Amino acid sequence: MDSANIDQIIEKHRGKPGDLIHVLMEIQHQNHWLPRDVLHQVAAALDIPFSRVLRIATLYKTFSLTPKGRNEVQVCTGISCHLRGANKLLDAVQRVTGIKPGETDANWRYSVDTGSCLGSCSIGPEIIVNGTHHARMTPAKVEDVLKDYQ
Amino acid sequence: MQIDGREVKARDDMTVLQAARTAGIHIPTLCHHEKLEPFGACRMCMVEVEARGRKNYVVSCLYPVAQDLVVRTRSERVDKIRRVILEELLAHAPNSPELVALAREYRADRDRFEKDASFCILCGLCVRYCAEVKQKNAVDFIERGARREISFIPEIAAKECWDCQECFALCPTSYAQAAYFLTEALAFPGRRKAGVANA
Amino acid sequence: MTRLESAAELEHFRAGIVAARDPAKPCIAVCAGAACHGLDSARVAQAFRTEVGKLGRDAGLEVRVTGCHGYCEKGPNVVVGPDDVCYFEVKPEDAPEIVASTLKKAVVERLVYAHPDTGERAVHMGEVPFYKHQTRLLIGDNVRIDPMRIDDYLALGGYAALAKALFQMTPDQVLDEVKKANLRGRGGGGFPAGQKWETAKNAPGKDKYVIVNAHEGEPGAFMDRALFTGNPHKVLEGLIIGAYAIGSHRGFIYTRHDSPQLIRHIEQALAQAEEYGLLGENILGSGFDFRVEVHFDVGIFVSGESSALMRSIEGLPPEPRPKYIRTSVAGIWNRPSNLNNVETWANVPQIISRGAEWYAGIGTAGSKGTKLVSLSGNVVNSGVVEVPMGTPLRKIVYDIGGGIPGGKAAKAVHFGGPMGGSIPANLIDAPLDFDELAKLGAPIGAGGLLVMDEDTDMVDVARYFLEFLTNESCGKCVPCREGMRQTLKVLTNITKGKGRDGDIARLEDLNDVTGAACLCALGRTASDPLKSMLRYFKDEYETQIARGSEGKGGKAAGSAAT
Repeated sequence: MDSANIDQIIEKHRGKPGDLIHVLMEIQHQNHWLPRDVLHQVAAALDIPFSRVLRIATLYKTFSLTPKGRNEVQVCTGISCHLRGANKLLDAVQRVTGIKPGETDANWRYSVDTGSCLGSCSIGPEIIVNGTHHARMTPAKVEDVLKDYQ
Repeated sequence: MQIDGREVKARDDMTVLQAARTAGIHIPTLCHHEKLEPFGACRMCMVEVEARGRKNYVVSCLYPVAQDLVVRTRSERVDKIRRVILEELLAHAPNSPELVALAREYRADRDRFEKDASFCILCGLCVRYCAEVKQKNAVDFIERGARREISFIPEIAAKECWDCQECFALCPTSYAQAAYFLTEALAFPGRRKAGVANA
Repeated sequence: MTRLESAAELEHFRAGIVAARDPAKPCIAVCAGAACHGLDSARVAQAFRTEVGKLGRDAGLEVRVTGCHGYCEKGPNVVVGPDDVCYFEVKPEDAPEIVASTLKKAVVERLVYAHPDTGERAVHMGEVPFYKHQTRLLIGDNVRIDPMRIDDYLALGGYAALAKALFQMTPDQVLDEVKKANLRGRGGGGFPAGQKWETAKNAPGKDKYVIVNAHEGEPGAFMDRALFTGNPHKVLEGLIIGAYAIGSHRGFIYTRHDSPQLIRHIEQALAQAEEYGLLGENILGSGFDFRVEVHFDVGIFVSGESSALMRSIEGLPPEPRPKYIRTSVAGIWNRPSNLNNVETWANVPQIISRGAEWYAGIGTAGSKGTKLVSLSGNVVNSGVVEVPMGTPLRKIVYDIGGGIPGGKAAKAVHFGGPMGGSIPANLIDAPLDFDELAKLGAPIGAGGLLVMDEDTDMVDVARYFLEFLTNESCGKCVPCREGMRQTLKVLTNITKGKGRDGDIARLEDLNDVTGAACLCALGRTASDPLKSMLRYFKDEYETQIARGSEGKGGKAAGSAAT
């Protein structure tokens, strides 16, 4: 995303400190991460101390202060998926990608994270890649699913 | 109202803690400071209140006074709450003089729980003092839940902190000072007093 | 579309919609709920559209993409009206056969329900075991509604309750009706909604707010999403009626950012309601104004706690505030703010249209109406279930849920997720009732019902919930942050076979103080799962701790699964 888009989002909310979460959410959705200089820009435009912007940005799981890989892999670790073996699924994802939850690999191919329950408990355990659900997963199927995401 | 069996007069806008202190009755606190808004985080100032026949445990730094309120600042249950909270905090800062003194009073065992690496107890005195009194916001909380910590913001701290450092004295565990100097060492060139630099 | 300016115009418009529809015309409803969506129901819907498209303009049947039907386990779900023939696990390639059979008024036998033991078939919704034991007052309409089309909701009588409230009732009468119905909050505590409304209504101040809590961050709970995504206008109508009763002109919907479908449906519902004059200025010409805005959680569980939620709407960090003054008196910007969850609001229209007496006739003495339950875990049929209050849990788990898979025995049922409790299988005849289940230590919470089989490690379950909460709390107050941190350490050690003498006492002390001293409801109820475990499964804890001293590890909960 180019900085003109970011500027546009920030402009929309200029002078409205109550919009902080909305601004960060929009930038995160489009840009997939929140560069520090953008956070400074947000603080200035919304007239909020930079420390408060940083506090909000580190508090919510969705916000990332580092760039994400091309493919965002989430392993659901909700209770139902947990009871149905999400741990082993996560192990397999870590083995295939070589990274742990919260990390991005050196080639920017994958970012892995554990996901909060998305309410598709009946089809768990599942992994979600770039928003696409892969339902009723087993550790053995992980490699096959992930290889399609370059 | 009544505190520990004594009749106490209080103004409408007071909290139970203020009323108690005005009457010379001691309630322990860790996150409270007269110059700052009440925070209600350390829960050490919990007391037992009884109103209209119902018993409740509340934090006195936030609970508003009321007519005919009956307050007990010590009871077996209140003491237990304070003891466990102290044991939890001593897992972080086993040698903090303030905590050690309180631990003696409430018979808290500083080795009851597994030790944790950080010695900050997150009372927020530094954060709130910097925001409310100094209005610089050079230090704030980051992260959440068990990962919450205080963090000096290099961009602001580099400009504001050297000449202030007032929060260091408020810190019950000396962590604020350590965190500041760590940030300085990592993120911006510190200023040294001329004499030291030339020595 | 011109705005509807009166109740009469609404009824006239509704009559027009109904007249244009042929009730005998078959309609293929393809579920696009969370689970079916995950099973690629979008491709199934597309296949039906293509197939019906081939038939030309007067195809004689239509396709509707709907919200959750309920039977998530057997998705993608397809229901063919008007007789509600249920097809399960439908694939795109099944579409031609279903369309052809439907036109011939025949049934595709291979895709209907077959009992796993007897092979007995069930064709219609009313015969399928999962559905036939339910009373689907709230979720039942999902099959008949395209959530993106307000006309579908109007065709089923939607917004008639709002018109009745605005033109035939005073705000006090609306409030009285809700109080008489004894509607209790579905979000967790079961607090009487009417009483809460009354507090907000009587609180001083001109500006008052009403809020839909659609956060549903609790793992294993998915009924609010199913209801709100599938029938957004039902919730919205309830909210507008509530706003009228309380005297509020500004409402908020608080939801998670990671349900794009729900957000799309909410935004569309708000836009269409406004276009029709059911929202905004001078609603239906009544002189009553009401607007709604949407706010989002971007990923922290504590933001669903009412005072934290209100801080978020103000744009502040979602840290709870102590409620020595109730949020219904001093909430958002310190103004009276009435918060109810999705399901609570959705109950309001039927209470107004059918009356408190009718409503109070359903359920038990203290718990009225039906309750949505998210049924998941070690159960044959997981999904969204709606039953009258008072229904025995056994009926939910066995008659509706089909029992435990793999021929295993049930060990426990757990209600309320990380802030709920577990009860052993021998208490499974307990009724679904706020007070009865709270007494047993498994309060209904929002209605997430988790079934656990005989292989489940109860220490690991408590550990799981604590791990979840330590990462999802705000971290402000000591007994929550540190209490959970230490409890988690003790439990983790036990599951790793490193239990120590005194662990039970350590857990009890930590739990006791967390339950008593925390700032908000999240912290205070975070101790509930462990409390119920120590009440019913203490020997399992003691055995595992004892094994620790022998140096052997316990089996993790997930190990039984493939």
